[in-house]
Amino acid sequence: MKRIAIVIAALLVFGAVRLPFERALDEEHRASFFRGAKLDIGLREQIGQGGFIAALSGFRSVVADLLWIQANTAWQNTEWGRMKVLFDGVTTLQPRVMLFWDMSAWHMAWNASRWARDNPKQPREALRIKAEREYFELGRQYLEAGIRNNPDRYVLYDRLGLLLKDKLQDYLGAYEAYKKAAEFPDAPAYEKRFAAYYLAEVPGREQEAYEMLVKLYHLGEKERLPTLLSKIHTLQEKLNIPEEQRIYIDPKDRE
Amino acid sequence: MSTTTAALHPPHKAFSLGRISAIARNTLLELVRLKVFYFLLIFALVLIGSSAFMIQFSFQEQFQVLKDVSLGAMTIFTWLLSVLATAMLLPKDIEDRTLYTILAKPVPRFEYLIGKLLGVLILLLISTLIMAALFSVVLYARQEIVIAEAMRGAGEADPEQISAMIRDIKATTFTWSLLPGIIAIYLKAALFAALTLLISTFATSWIFTIVTSVAVYFIGHIQSVAREYWLADQGGSVLTKMFLAIVALLFPDLQLFNLVDDIVAGNAIATLLFLKTVGLGMIYIAVYLFLAYFVFLKKEL
Repeated sequence: MKRIAIVIAALLVFGAVRLPFERALDEEHRASFFRGAKLDIGLREQIGQGGFIAALSGFRSVVADLLWIQANTAWQNTEWGRMKVLFDGVTTLQPRVMLFWDMSAWHMAWNASRWARDNPKQPREALRIKAEREYFELGRQYLEAGIRNNPDRYVLYDRLGLLLKDKLQDYLGAYEAYKKAAEFPDAPAYEKRFAAYYLAEVPGREQEAYEMLVKLYHLGEKERLPTLLSKIHTLQEKLNIPEEQRIYIDPKDRE
Repeated sequence: MSTTTAALHPPHKAFSLGRISAIARNTLLELVRLKVFYFLLIFALVLIGSSAFMIQFSFQEQFQVLKDVSLGAMTIFTWLLSVLATAMLLPKDIEDRTLYTILAKPVPRFEYLIGKLLGVLILLLISTLIMAALFSVVLYARQEIVIAEAMRGAGEADPEQISAMIRDIKATTFTWSLLPGIIAIYLKAALFAALTLLISTFATSWIFTIVTSVAVYFIGHIQSVAREYWLADQGGSVLTKMFLAIVALLFPDLQLFNLVDDIVAGNAIATLLFLKTVGLGMIYIAVYLFLAYFVFLKKEL
């Protein structure tokens, strides 16, 4: 008995010695984006007692996958509300999996919104449009929350740009999102082009967009894609760029 | 005459790696005879099952789930194996009287304990390696199927686009960044083997050892919550604070070894940070082993 008491005392001392080191290591893990999941009461309500205990016990990713599979079934049954609850659980459990944020946003902004727009049970178009816009907003919220959890990755900025351009026609927002994406060293080259394309659609920012496009044009043949050339052409006309300063002339105009 | 005696009976060494390795070898052999590797069949079934079930999903989803389920299964199997195998060691040796035979010889008790733990650690290592190999094979096979399907669908697409697509598929399957996650799984199981050995030195039955180890597993995963709540100046009664302090100091912080969830999510772990985590795990093992020896030293057998 005495030995067991000594062992417990030794474990307590060991605990006190390792405490500062473990706290520092914990901080370092978090700074490297580990252990970002917020396992709180809100999540417990979403995923149930069993799922919560499993998630707490080191099986976060497996619980997230099970919820994801359930969400897929809900999608097949067009249960959009249930999907939203499940997506919230999945993204809370695995906030660093880009796929989950991306797909959750896509389901809401593309699939659920389309369904809401065509909903045969709602005869009033104004309400259908309202519901559609609400789903666009949900998609946007997923992407923005995803970006907050993954500030070190470009992918969700790219998806946000696409959503803002395609669904909300917010070209300034799309430009800013693509610009942010382009700032990441591992981002593909098209992010810069997309930023310039959508800036060109923002009233009053055409000159700035033109300068960006010209800069890209001078980077070489690889950047001189049909869309880029067409945008330059349109802006040259719109901004009345003098003939001698124009860098691109449409083959039709040459004739 | 005395020279011959000395040659026949070399002087007794206080510490012998040979004796430890003999005990470890025997422990491993005993565990293998218990047919513990049969669980690998279940692991293989989980792998193949989850791989086949996910065919209806996109390839990113397929690989995400396959990796999560496989590494989750690897975590649970190695942990269960470490607890169950270690909990049986001492009671079984006492029941078989093997313990008395060994300790009647000039084998120090710490060598006996080190040898026993080493046997379990080797068993865990073999199991982890086999599971990792099975996992890689299934992942590779699935990757090849997905690539073949994608190539068929690509038709006469631009070769640059096809190679980018293949690159994307390969990036979502097995990457070397998963390796630290697998090592962390092994480390956590090894820590549990040492902890279970410590519990078994004073436990009255192997059921008590297993139940206590399982309880430590669950408490260990929320230890950091207790620790932060205890250290944060958020009021609470003295009794609550004392309880939280005991939980924080007595139990290991197992979340520190739970790297695999985030590694699968694409998080890369810095080498230094990983080495610190491994170092902490080894300190835990050493401390638990030393305390197990401390109890076992005066244990009446």
